[in-house]
Amino acid sequence: MAELDLRRPAVRPGEPWRPAGRRRPGTLRARRTWAGRGRLTAGLVGLGLLVAGAVLIPWLGGLDQGAVDYTAVRQPPSLAHPFGTDAVGRDLFLRSFAGLGVSLTVAASCAVISTVIGTLYGALSGLLGGWPDRILMRAVDGVNAVPHLLLGIVIVALYRGSVLAVIASIGLTHWTTVARVVRSEVLSLRGRPFVDAAISGGATRRRVLGRHLLPAVVPPAVLSSVLILPHAVWHETALSFLGLGLPPHLASLGNILAEGRQAVLLGSWWIVVFPSALLAATTLAVAGIAAWWRDRARPRRRSELAL
Amino acid sequence: MTTLTTPARRRGREIGILVAWRLGVAVPVVAVVATGVFLLAAWSPFDPIYQYFGAGVFSASDATIANAREQLGLDDSVWSQLGRWSGGVFSGELGQSLSFRQPVSTVIAQRLPWTLLLVTLGLVVAVVLSLVAGVIAAWRQGGWVDRLVTAVGHTLEGLPPFVLALGAIAVFAVAWPVLPVAGLTDAGAAPTVDQVTRHLVLPAVVLGVSQTPWLVLHVRSSLLGALDEDHVTGARSRGLPERVVVLRHALPTALLPFVTVLGNRLPELVTGAVLVETVFSWPGIAAAVVTAALSVDFPLLAALTLLTTAAVLAGALLADVAVLLLDPRVSADG
Repeated sequence: MAELDLRRPAVRPGEPWRPAGRRRPGTLRARRTWAGRGRLTAGLVGLGLLVAGAVLIPWLGGLDQGAVDYTAVRQPPSLAHPFGTDAVGRDLFLRSFAGLGVSLTVAASCAVISTVIGTLYGALSGLLGGWPDRILMRAVDGVNAVPHLLLGIVIVALYRGSVLAVIASIGLTHWTTVARVVRSEVLSLRGRPFVDAAISGGATRRRVLGRHLLPAVVPPAVLSSVLILPHAVWHETALSFLGLGLPPHLASLGNILAEGRQAVLLGSWWIVVFPSALLAATTLAVAGIAAWWRDRARPRRRSELAL
Repeated sequence: MTTLTTPARRRGREIGILVAWRLGVAVPVVAVVATGVFLLAAWSPFDPIYQYFGAGVFSASDATIANAREQLGLDDSVWSQLGRWSGGVFSGELGQSLSFRQPVSTVIAQRLPWTLLLVTLGLVVAVVLSLVAGVIAAWRQGGWVDRLVTAVGHTLEGLPPFVLALGAIAVFAVAWPVLPVAGLTDAGAAPTVDQVTRHLVLPAVVLGVSQTPWLVLHVRSSLLGALDEDHVTGARSRGLPERVVVLRHALPTALLPFVTVLGNRLPELVTGAVLVETVFSWPGIAAAVVTAALSVDFPLLAALTLLTTAAVLAGALLADVAVLLLDPRVSADG
């Protein structure tokens, strides 16, 4: 037994356990924890910049949705027009940011609707528990079984040309994730000691709900509504792109991209590239926040931190 | 009597119960979806009679219109219309598509094969891409491939398929014209294998790539999880080569949830197909959804919604059955 050095512990204190023989570059851990915080900051700053741009740029630039200039049709990006111009000579820089604003507004309305529905539904399901919970969750599976875009198309087709229908069609199909999150949160809260303590201390049902359960459910609900945001933008652009979404005179990202569909065949790549870049930037910013949240919520496995 | 309790038999029974249970759930789900669609139509401000008459509705006499309404049963309650329609579903009579001027069943029969071809190929592209990229990324975690794959994955996640499609057109059809832009064949050409293959490349690759991000990130994270498991550590400590450890010991456990994810991704695949088929003018069923929606072709829209719902439920069921067959540790829980 001489080879076994008993004085040295297998895992040194202060150093996390890790499986043997797994190659991990030494600096990665430190970088990863930083990356978690950095992604949150980058996400928040990015989202803030995009929202500020969507609000300020069309306002400062004096956007005129009806302005056309046939002498400057489909011009590539230049100093005068940083994003170029579209098929009727409108400045794409202004229009893209205005479109981002329209898309974000629609998406935010959808996110609010889905969050409210999802929170109520999930809280109800989690509170009832037992077989009502199972039935309600099966219903969620049922809603998820219809492709969201298809359901959206059906709703929008039957109520053509109304912005409200677009908002409803997205809001009514995306509450299921919120419902799931809130339900699992309520289920885990119900068994916690402080809830038991409140009940045994004689708190009424309403007080337990209002003081102990609801406040704890709000942060995940708000967060999942932020996470819905890029998905809602995505859906709005898809519907508008198909010609089923917002009315064509409104500059939404989807409408601009739909115009870009013909322009691309004529070689005007900028009509597609810049609006889609804004779209991707929005999603990436929110993905940063989402990644931070996932790390925070489940810090158990280091390998997942790198996601 | 020992044969009754062999693992294979028990598994077979479990699968039977799972299928029966899922079918039991699927029937009410489909019924609820159908009811929902009909209620939406009933509440919508749109009057289907305009669709039947077209522009002629303005010159037709009130008596003619009233007669047509009577014959089409448009004045009946939602429930009796729904009852009549669902009776038709069981006898294969889905009504007349207004935008294609054909029976709905004909439209579906003509277009479904093209969609199946496109979707199957897209799925193959997505699975191959995500397996290769995901395994390499997880294997060399933190390396440049990993960082590239994760970054590209997150970026693609945010780009709708139609943006990818437009980009692909801009690159491969306009800037470097090697592939055709749209349709099933060149204008007026017969649909030969050669023609269809050339026209299939861009839509299938775009559809596949648009589905890859979730899958690749999923493969990567579940393989990373599997690499931390005890049996993998055991395999390493036995001195097995790295390739065997990753591909034979870690990957199989990592792939089981992948099968489930794949089955549950069908709705997204349908969404992708709708957009990709529209951009590339592919004559499939998903593009027909858009045509139907643009001209408020309710019979076709209702039939396609139901068809898709059924397909999605079937996809999830297939994935779960596959997991049951592949993994002896999993037990069926409905």
